[in-house]
Parts: sequence; structure tokens; C-alpha cells
Amino acid sequence: MRVDPVFGDDGTPSTLADPGWANTVPPGFDGESAIAPSRLDEPPRAPDASAAAPARAAVGQSTLVETLKSLLPPHALLWRNEDTTPYECDGLTAYRERPLAVALPETEEQVSAILAACHRLGVPVVARGAGTGLSGGAMPHANGLTLSLAKFNKVVKIDARARTATVQSGVRNLAISEAVAPHGFYYAPDPSSQIACTIGGNIAENSGGVHCLKYGLTLHNVLQVRGFLADGSPATFGSMALDAPGLDLLSVVVGSEGMLAVVTEVVVKLTPKPQVARCIMASFSDVRHAGDAVAAIIANGLIPAGLEMMDKPMTAAVEAFVHAGYDLDAAAILLCESDGTPEEVQEEILRMEAVLVEAGATRLEISADEAQRLKFWSGRKNAFPASGRLSPDYMCMDSTIPRARLADMLLAIAGMEKTFDLRCCNVFHAGDGNLHPLILFDANDPDQLRRAEAFGAEILELSVAMGGTISGEHGVGAEKLNSMCVQFSEAERAQMFALKAAFDPQGLLNPGKVIPTLHRCAEYGRMHVKRGVLAFPELERF
Amino acid sequence: MNDTLIGLAERVRQAAAAKAILRIRGGNTKSFMAGVISDAATLDMRAYAGIVDYAPSELVITARAGTPLVEIEKVLAERGQCLPFDPPRFADADGVLAGTVGGMVAAGLAGPGRAAVGGVRDYVLGVLLLNGRGDLMHFGGQVMKNVAGYDVSRLLAGSWGALGAICEVSLKVLPMPVATTTLRFDLRQGEALDRLHTWAGQPLPLNASVWWRDTLAVRLRGANAAVATAIQKMGGEVIPDDLGNAFWEGLRDQRDEFFIEARAAAERENSALWRLSLPPTTPVLPSFLDTLIEWGGAQRWIVAGAEDTLVLHRAERAGGSAFRVSGGVGDGAGYATPLAPALLGIHRRLRESFDPHGVFVPGRPMRFQHS
Repeated sequence: MRVDPVFGDDGTPSTLADPGWANTVPPGFDGESAIAPSRLDEPPRAPDASAAAPARAAVGQSTLVETLKSLLPPHALLWRNEDTTPYECDGLTAYRERPLAVALPETEEQVSAILAACHRLGVPVVARGAGTGLSGGAMPHANGLTLSLAKFNKVVKIDARARTATVQSGVRNLAISEAVAPHGFYYAPDPSSQIACTIGGNIAENSGGVHCLKYGLTLHNVLQVRGFLADGSPATFGSMALDAPGLDLLSVVVGSEGMLAVVTEVVVKLTPKPQVARCIMASFSDVRHAGDAVAAIIANGLIPAGLEMMDKPMTAAVEAFVHAGYDLDAAAILLCESDGTPEEVQEEILRMEAVLVEAGATRLEISADEAQRLKFWSGRKNAFPASGRLSPDYMCMDSTIPRARLADMLLAIAGMEKTFDLRCCNVFHAGDGNLHPLILFDANDPDQLRRAEAFGAEILELSVAMGGTISGEHGVGAEKLNSMCVQFSEAERAQMFALKAAFDPQGLLNPGKVIPTLHRCAEYGRMHVKRGVLAFPELERF
Repeated sequence: MNDTLIGLAERVRQAAAAKAILRIRGGNTKSFMAGVISDAATLDMRAYAGIVDYAPSELVITARAGTPLVEIEKVLAERGQCLPFDPPRFADADGVLAGTVGGMVAAGLAGPGRAAVGGVRDYVLGVLLLNGRGDLMHFGGQVMKNVAGYDVSRLLAGSWGALGAICEVSLKVLPMPVATTTLRFDLRQGEALDRLHTWAGQPLPLNASVWWRDTLAVRLRGANAAVATAIQKMGGEVIPDDLGNAFWEGLRDQRDEFFIEARAAAERENSALWRLSLPPTTPVLPSFLDTLIEWGGAQRWIVAGAEDTLVLHRAERAGGSAFRVSGGVGDGAGYATPLAPALLGIHRRLRESFDPHGVFVPGRPMRFQHS
């Protein structure tokens, strides 16, 4: 007889379509529950591996509120329209939905009890940090509860010796760096929303920032995540050591957009603050030269602390906004930063300068002091608000492509501006190949909105065709579901659904996000772009 | 699609239909850790070898699973790049460094540079996976930043075959450091740990450390100026480059004096070699037969008596875990820190979804019993 020695497999044959565990009656459906959901008489349904939304009928608001009232103090539960409306969207304001209720728990016990209750009732739960996400990941579920972690705002422990900080998930990204600054440390990932976004949200999105190439993403700077599974049971992923027994579940929990677990506490790695940072601002008369300069820097063995690119329209927009003295004649501008000890930085800046000159930079400025460095960055950091002044609305894309294709992409976007008759400003995390084209439009004009969406989708499809990905750091959320159909095959998406089900068999945590159903992909009607094969021959125009 | 790949997928489908089991192998250099299931047929990944794509300016290399690690490192070195996490290459029975890149990802083992630069999973960008149903699936990609869908590719680092056979892998690579220097200090264990924690909090180019028998060695890597300044600051004896480099290579491949002695003793069945993964600031553990410390205190190799299970308790009490690498008595319970009960269910369901017929026999580090 065959015995699979793994995880005590009982040998029951099962398939993905009918996994043995999917037919198990979920906990809470024992008929003896203190809380009787309205449709307890209905048989519990197994999660459908191809469906994103929970399969069961919706629970009414009154049932949910009555249940949660017994678990939370009155001020920690909102359900009146005027109270829940502020939660109806995240940073992607075009997508809105009002939840049945919003819970603002203050203790881990409350989080666990809320999750257990929602699990019994079959109510979807959408966890929320600061709501700064750009892909609608925290957009509420119409039949669900929004679980705000805003009150989990304490720095629990700073261990300078171990170079770790233990913080609750609602602590703001920048607040971590501020709290550990007296010890000479900082928390490296710095998404542009760092003043407001929370570490819990960073975990959900695997957030990046302008320093990822050298210092890594959220995943590379987190040791341990503690939280609760959909049924309210506690779980710890990762450890205080550098690895933990079993599969590296931390690596899927980070970036899972709130679909696998609700995070309450995080242990982050701290990085010693570099003594010095200096930045080179380089102008190029041709976007292709600028793109080639990026590749040349990397090929020459340099890993800049930051390497950013702005095109001419973007530079004009930010110059009007911050008046930093940017070169308005340049086709593209690169910001290239080095940090470390004074000796190290001097050595590296010289090497960077040589590569940039060789690559055809038409103008070079090296920051002489911290004030000038910050001035160089002021425009880059204000790219989004500056674009907001140019146009009533803008749509920000987030795909990543191989660095060598940066210039090709800029030229292709210029072509799309004509096709869709809309303007686009480009700002890239060039060192990572991560693009943030900002498509300018007026949402009050339905045709402009439609064209902007089509423009965005074409950028994403071209990114996949170039060997890239539809999202580098903002997440899929509710926004990029269609484009997921282009990037992943049906089998790959089915495997991702199964992965979600392994954590959340009832599919209650943030359902409907990230992974599109087969049905949705069929409706979208675009082909999965096979890797290495350009499925769109017309794109081979450069 | 490649014929070899089609053949591998077909073998898995046949095994699933016949309710047979398969043991995935590459260079067969880690079987001492993986353990052997005698009635399992072998799915040999060496037939699917070769570098698929390498663009130095992208810092990415994509290779088929059976590609020898030494070949990948040679190609990278020609362009001044490397795998900075020093994956152990292990020697096969003939003394050849036969480890493959697929085996490297499946085992998820990293060497001396781990604490400073990250581990295998931190460099995995994408994989082509053959799951237990014979489906070939891509996860991740070839770019640095990618948050489209769950990051299944990183989950496969250290999965020991539990979720399927890794067929291709894309890895982030880095430029070789401009300067490398090894420093040596005479320090007792407690003093060495103290010193390491102090240095780690400073902006020093500290890249690797090892303490054994009252000697601490550290490797500095970075810009010329950074290394030169650090030597001034830290003191110690500068070891000549050839000696230093050979030493770190030996340690990396677990072929240095400590590992040779520890394995020989384990084979004589009077002791066991344990690997402990601990919070780095864990104080000095009470003495066992021998101790070697890496990763600034976060990885400790301990030689203990054959029946000594105290190691396991000490590791768990410190908030870490332990795994018996070789020697000791039996192969059953007690050789590794068990999985937390909350995670066991997730593991079981993941396994059932990736390999519903239980075709693949995972390596020993991924076999957990029901509690």
C-alpha cells in the first residue's frame, strides 16, 4: 500500500475539482451555533475553485450588526450610511462600494471573534489599513464587513541589538522609521504614500518604493507576520530566525492583498541609516539614450540606491509644481542615487557619472549637499499631485518590464497617446523596470474614461508581451482583474484559487479580488499571452 | 514545447494514473538530507538542462532545473555577476560539485552570505512548475517587481518537492563585489556574538561571519573604500585573499574541517549533526560536543550525542527551530521541530491542491506527521 508521508496524508484520492477537504462541513455549521444565520437550513456549499465570490446567500445587515454588537464596544462598530461612506473606496476612487458594516477592533481577541462570527455567518471580510492602495484592494464587499486595523497603531518593541521592530499592523510606514531613528536605523521600503500607508497594507501589497533595487521589497524586510485565518484561528508566518519549519508561507502571505489572512502584528528588519546619500540628475536628448543608460549602469556592476526616470511631459508638470530647476529641454531625465559611507558614495558616484556620460547624458548635476539632493527628488516625489493639476483625473499604471525595453515602451506609449487621443506623463522606477504611466483624462466624459481604460489595458498587455508583469507594486485588487487573464493561463489561475482555498476554504477574505474567474476572462475575451511568444503580432513594430 | 519537458509531464501523468510515486532528483547531492524512499521511481531532472536566457543588464538568469549550479556560476562570473547567497553545491559520491539549480531552489539552502544578502527565496523571480497532475504552470516572471497574483514561485524555494517538480527558474543575480576581505579574531563564543551584534547595527560592509573553536572570521564585501574603512574600524588580522576565499568556499559547500569531522562522527553513529535556525541574539547555548556559528548567530551547527534531543528543546525555547542533518538514532519523530498546528492544515491543503494524487515524495525536511 502506498503511504504518502507528507503532512499525514490519509491517502484519500481527490482532485482539484473535488478536493477531499472541500466537502467538509466548515466549523460553525454544527447546528449548535449560538448565532443562527438566516439560511442555516441551507446545506453549506463547498468553495468553488473557479469562483471568486463566496457561494452562499448574503446575510442581512441587521444580522451582522446584531452579532458584532455583542463582540465590540459601541464606538468600534459603524453601520449607518453616513458612517460607512468614508470607507467606500481606497486610493482608487473610481471603484466604490458600501460595506454592510465597518468594525474597528482594538484587541487581537476582538479580531479573532469578529472573524469567527463572520465565518459562521458566511460574511465576507475585507481588511483595511489606511486605504491608500491604488488598485481597489480594500474596496468593500457589498455583502461584507470592512475590518479596519486603524486602532492597531502601537510600536510594540524595538530590539536595537537584533535590528528588529515589532509593530502592530496599523502603524504607518514612516512612523516605524521615526520610532527607530534614535537607534540609527530606518525601515527601508518607502512607498510614496509612506506618510499615511500602514505596514499591514504594505504586507498586503508587497509594497516597494524608490529604493527596492538595493534594499528589496516588503517581503525582503519582514521577518514574521502574526494574524488570524478566516475562521478566527491565530497563525504566525515566518519567525524571528531567518527561516522556519515547513513551506515558506510568509512569501505568499506578503502580497496576498488580504485574501489569505488578517495581519495584526509584524516584525520588520531594520537597516542602519546610511551616513550619506548623493544624487546625480542626468538629462538625455533622446529617450532611447536614457533607457540605454539605465541598462548600462546595471551592466557595469552598479546597484544605485535609487534610479528613476521622468519623460519630458512629466518633467514639465513637476517643474511647474515644485520649481526645482529641472531641465525642460531634456527628452528624459534620470535620477541616480548612491548611499553609504562618505568614501563609498564618492567612489560610486564617480563610477555612475562615467557611465552616464558614456551613455550620452547632455547635462549632469551632482547634489552637493542634502538640501540639493532633496530638491532633485522633490519633483519625482510630486509626480502624482503635479499630474493632478494638469487634468481632472488620471489613471496610474504599474506594470514592470525588462529594463532594456524602457525606451521601446516610452515610444509605444507615445503612439497610444495618438490612438486614444489622450495625454500620458511617464515616471518610471527605471532601476526595477517598474512603470508608472499617468494617463490624463476627464472622468465626467464617459468616452474619455472608456478610452483611458483601453489605453491602460494596452500598456499592460504590451508589458506582458515584453516579458513583464501587469503589476509591480500596486497590486491587482479590483482594478486589474481583466489583465490577469492575459498574464496567467486557466490552470495557473485555478492553482491560485486552490492556494487561496488552502488558507481560506470558504473564500471569505476579500473575495472577488486578485484572481479573475474563468467566466470573467471569457467575457474579457483577450487571449492569455504565452511567455516568450508575442501573441499580438502587430506589437512587433519596434 | 520542448520534448524533454513533455516527457517529464507525461511521466507524472502516468504515475498519477497508476497511483505510483516519484522521487524528484537533480545532482543527487542532497539525498543525505532528503532521505530516500526505496520504492519510489526517480524523476531525473538532469535531462532538462541549460541556460535559457541571461541578460546581464537585467540582472536575471533563467535556467532549466537540471543545469549544474557550477555552470551557472561560471557563466555569471564571465559577466562579473554572481548568486550572492552562496548556495551550497555539495559534492556527489565522486567528489564532483554536481548540485543543480533546480535542487538549489527545491532545497532552499543558502551559505555564509545569507544573513547579509538574503536567502534563495529572495532571489527567485519566477518558476515553471510541473505539478502532481502533470500540468506545467508559470508563476512569477523575469522582472524584479511583480505582485500579479500570489507569489507561488517564492513558495517553492525550500519546498523539497512537496508541491511539484521545478522545471525552470528565473533568478535575480547581482554584480560581484568590487572588494572582498577576510578578518580573523580570537574570541570566545559570547564575546564573538557580542561583537557581531554590535557591528551589525553599524553601516559596515559585513557580508558573512563564522565562529568555531574560539576563532571568529568575518567577510567584508563592498566598494574598495568601504572595505578599507571597515578594516581600520574593526581591527583583527587580515587573512590573505586566496586563503580567505578558499576557506569561505569550503564552508559554503560544507566541506571544511568542521563538517568533515561532524559527518564522520555521525557516520560512526556516536553523534548527530544538527542545524539550528535561531533569532540571532540567542545567547550562548550550553555546550554540546561541538558548535559552529554562522549568519551573525542566526544559524548554529551543533554536534550532539546520538540520542541527545535536548538540542531540539533548546532551539524551540529560544524561538527557533532545529533539524537533524545527519547521524542520530532513527528517522522518525524528534528529528525536526514540528510544524505549528495552525499551519499544518494549510500545508495539507496546499499539498492536496498541487499534488492531489500524492505523486511526489518530498524530502525529509518537508515531511510532517499529524499530531
